Amino acid sequence: MGLLSLFRSKPNSASIAKERLRIIVAQERGGRGGPDYLPLLRRELLQVIHKYVNVDPEAVQINLEREAGHEVLELSVALPQKPPG
Amino acid sequence: MTEIIVVTSGKGGVGKTTTSASMACGLARRGKRVAVIDFDIGLRNLDLIMGCERRVVYDFVNVINGDCTLKQALIKDKRLETLHVLAASQTRDKDALTEDGVRRVLDELIADAFDYIICDSPAGIEKGAHLAMYFADRAVVVVNPEISSVRDSDRILGLLASKTHRSANGNGGVKEHLLLTRYNPRRVANGEMLSVEDVKEILGLDVIGVVPESPDVLAASNAGVPVILSDTSDAAAAYQDAVARLLGEELPLRFLDEPKRGFFARMFGG
Ligand SMILES: Nc1ncnc2c1ncn2[C@@H]1O[C@H](COP(=O)(O)OP(=O)(O)O)[C@@H](O)[C@H]1O
Ligand SMILES: [Mg+2]
Repeated sequence: MGLLSLFRSKPNSASIAKERLRIIVAQERGGRGGPDYLPLLRRELLQVIHKYVNVDPEAVQINLEREAGHEVLELSVALPQKPPG
Repeated sequence: MTEIIVVTSGKGGVGKTTTSASMACGLARRGKRVAVIDFDIGLRNLDLIMGCERRVVYDFVNVINGDCTLKQALIKDKRLETLHVLAASQTRDKDALTEDGVRRVLDELIADAFDYIICDSPAGIEKGAHLAMYFADRAVVVVNPEISSVRDSDRILGLLASKTHRSANGNGGVKEHLLLTRYNPRRVANGEMLSVEDVKEILGLDVIGVVPESPDVLAASNAGVPVILSDTSDAAAAYQDAVARLLGEELPLRFLDEPKRGFFARMFGG
């Protein structure tokens, strides 16, 4: 890295890529080996939630947790913040 | 003992055919009997990279359909005596490859005591890619330090772990290796490109080789001489190292740092 680049403080795009990949790979690995209906279930749940609140697809997380002897389907929805007042 | 190695990636244009050709040459150079097979039905390319396109008379699908014998279809390399190429067919019929047909060809190569069979996979996750990996003992997953290539590679790793003969029959699974190519150390140093360490960490795989981005690759494909045979090239040296690691030798990775530049360029360069 040259001297001049020390003064340039643009975000490091490789580290952004790495962070995005970490998340998407973990998510896709989590769905693997799980039931085939998981993606469809996620899509339909999103539609239902959308009827009541306007959330971003990213705000809906579906995880399949495997524990000894049983599996837990975990759904988490981050609701949008209410406008102040 | 024959070892079947698939060169695969998910994403297209990342360097599978370049890698298949160079690894096959590298193994043959070390005296191994090698057959390299183009599974990219409809988009035959390996013959061009190997420089044997004008000698293709019969192809993979011809053998499967019984139009000719395997011996008639195998093209003997003119440079390396123990190296053989089986070209893909140019047919548009995607169903030309069948699991049974592929198995018969591989079995015949095994009976003929080949040391290595290299399967050059097409892009995607459809039938051709599936059949290229199905009978593999090992996989070389070719990846570029780029976000979509890494993600696609991870999907391929998922398929290797679930949709192969070895995974289905509990034979310990397919041994997987990562080969990073089109690596640009300067851009990695500038924080513009994922590093070997980043990709290794995300995919959790051992790295069998890092091949730098190099103009020699295009020159080699223009000439029909696999780049590993361009002796003065960094890309060739990187592929030779990868072949050595495939054979079990332990070598440190090379070409991870940008070539040294002068003082002025270092102080004021980007
Ligand atoms: N290390 C490299 N440096 C520069 N160009 C490369 C390198 N590896 C591959 N290429 C180029 O990338 C393109 C795709 O390569 P190819 O091996 O045909 O990929 P695939 O078989 O995965 O589609 C070709 O034009 C090839 O010359
Ligand atoms: Mg190819």
